[in-house]
Amino acid sequence: MRGERVITSRRTLLTGMASCGGLLLAGCSDPAPPTYGNLLRMADNLNYRAQRLLLPRNALVREYQRADITSIAAIGTTNPANPHEELYDAAGGAAYDRLRHGGFADWRLTIDGSVSRPGSFSLEELRRFPARTQITKHTCEEGWSAIAEWTGVPLRTVLQSVGVRAGARFVNFYAFDATVDSIDMVDALHPQTLLAYGMNGGELPVAHGAPLRVRVERQLGYKSIKFLHRIRVTDEFYDPGKLGPLQQGWAWYTGI
Amino acid sequence: MSANTSRATSGGTGAGHTLWVRVTHWIVAASVLTLAVSGFTILMAHPRLYWGAVGNDLTPALIELPVSRNYRHGGWQLSTAAFPDGGPAASVIRTYDILNENSWARSLHFLAAWFLVVTGLVYLLAGIFSGHLRRHLLPRRGELNARALSEDLSAHLQRPMAPAAAGPPYGLLQKCSYCGVVFVALPLMVLTGLTMSPAISAAYPFLVDMFGGTQSARTLHFCVFVALLLFLVIHLVMVSLSGFRRQMRAITIGRPT
Repeated sequence: MRGERVITSRRTLLTGMASCGGLLLAGCSDPAPPTYGNLLRMADNLNYRAQRLLLPRNALVREYQRADITSIAAIGTTNPANPHEELYDAAGGAAYDRLRHGGFADWRLTIDGSVSRPGSFSLEELRRFPARTQITKHTCEEGWSAIAEWTGVPLRTVLQSVGVRAGARFVNFYAFDATVDSIDMVDALHPQTLLAYGMNGGELPVAHGAPLRVRVERQLGYKSIKFLHRIRVTDEFYDPGKLGPLQQGWAWYTGI
Repeated sequence: MSANTSRATSGGTGAGHTLWVRVTHWIVAASVLTLAVSGFTILMAHPRLYWGAVGNDLTPALIELPVSRNYRHGGWQLSTAAFPDGGPAASVIRTYDILNENSWARSLHFLAAWFLVVTGLVYLLAGIFSGHLRRHLLPRRGELNARALSEDLSAHLQRPMAPAAAGPPYGLLQKCSYCGVVFVALPLMVLTGLTMSPAISAAYPFLVDMFGGTQSARTLHFCVFVALLLFLVIHLVMVSLSGFRRQMRAITIGRPT
């Protein structure tokens, strides 16, 4: 028994060393995240590169029990059709209002860009994919956190069904409010990155992003874009200008 | 008498600080001040502290700090149940436009943290290989006892205070407080900080367990910050009382006179 243990730990050690080497190699050929001239952007990039280099890419966030679910605040845009929202977009707001009144029956998620079979999915079609339910912690950049249950289809399942091209590096999310933001392929293909249509056992409420939001569990809450209508896969980093949080000074990568 | 013998055996001369100590001291000082300002700005966005895994405006707080207009702002829409089948959890829309300067504050906080961590590691390595930590910082065997501590304490409370050596050898309380900052407070700040990162805590969940939850780590991060602030105040008072010009010369140009 003792001998077996030694072999196991030696094997673990070798596997660990091999995967460390692999990580370093992968880190060197890593696609560069957005680069900006100022000092704070360079620090954001350093965080991103360091975490991609040093952290295991498929580490899962902790999942909780139903009893652990807490109250949760809805902040940011809580209704894209409300013209008083800070990120209100007239065209998106009008479209959202119309779709919401039809129970989102006419809503479709467009997927295009660097994929082999661009197309669109209705809510019903997304529900036909194998679903995943996870109870996870939502961490807000403000300092608070909450636990909620999310049900949806893993983003990677949908991406696999449309065939992501070899050169693809970023997945961009377009919302009904004036929001566009992106994540890299490491987070996009992570098993807990979800396109969520359900919350706490029911439909995803409007305040939390109905009919569909993304859950990027290893980053801060503001990367889990609500009110999705389009996903675009790109080979290069796309700077959405005023539509994204970057121009307002917010970090693009928020794994920290 | 003891000052002369300890000076002879410790290798310190009281004649200033070596170059690498001076450089790392000021980089760490600038980093800590930047971290304090940006950290306080981040705290102002949500001046509530919790114990456990999670906490938010809708759950009970351990401490509420009246440090910004966000303190008990009360801007919430009528609550709705978070569960479709009822239950204690609620989901509430925030209607109050909170003070939030975290965009630059967070990025600046992490930039300064990089400077602190890298410089801290350089300091520790240089300290180990030069013998600085062993000879000057760690209390020697038999030195650390209640009598010596109380003697050193009463020496600190005398007015006027006897002029202290500028640079090593350090007094007993001085060694203890420097060790507390170098080996306890700053490592705790880094570890509790890393524990708050969703990506790092996913990779190393033992960090979360070690501090009893992410929100506990955030609360400890604040408490250790307060301890460091207390150290900074006492440090500056001691520098002033033991010969400000001489001490400042010793930590900048390296020579007390």
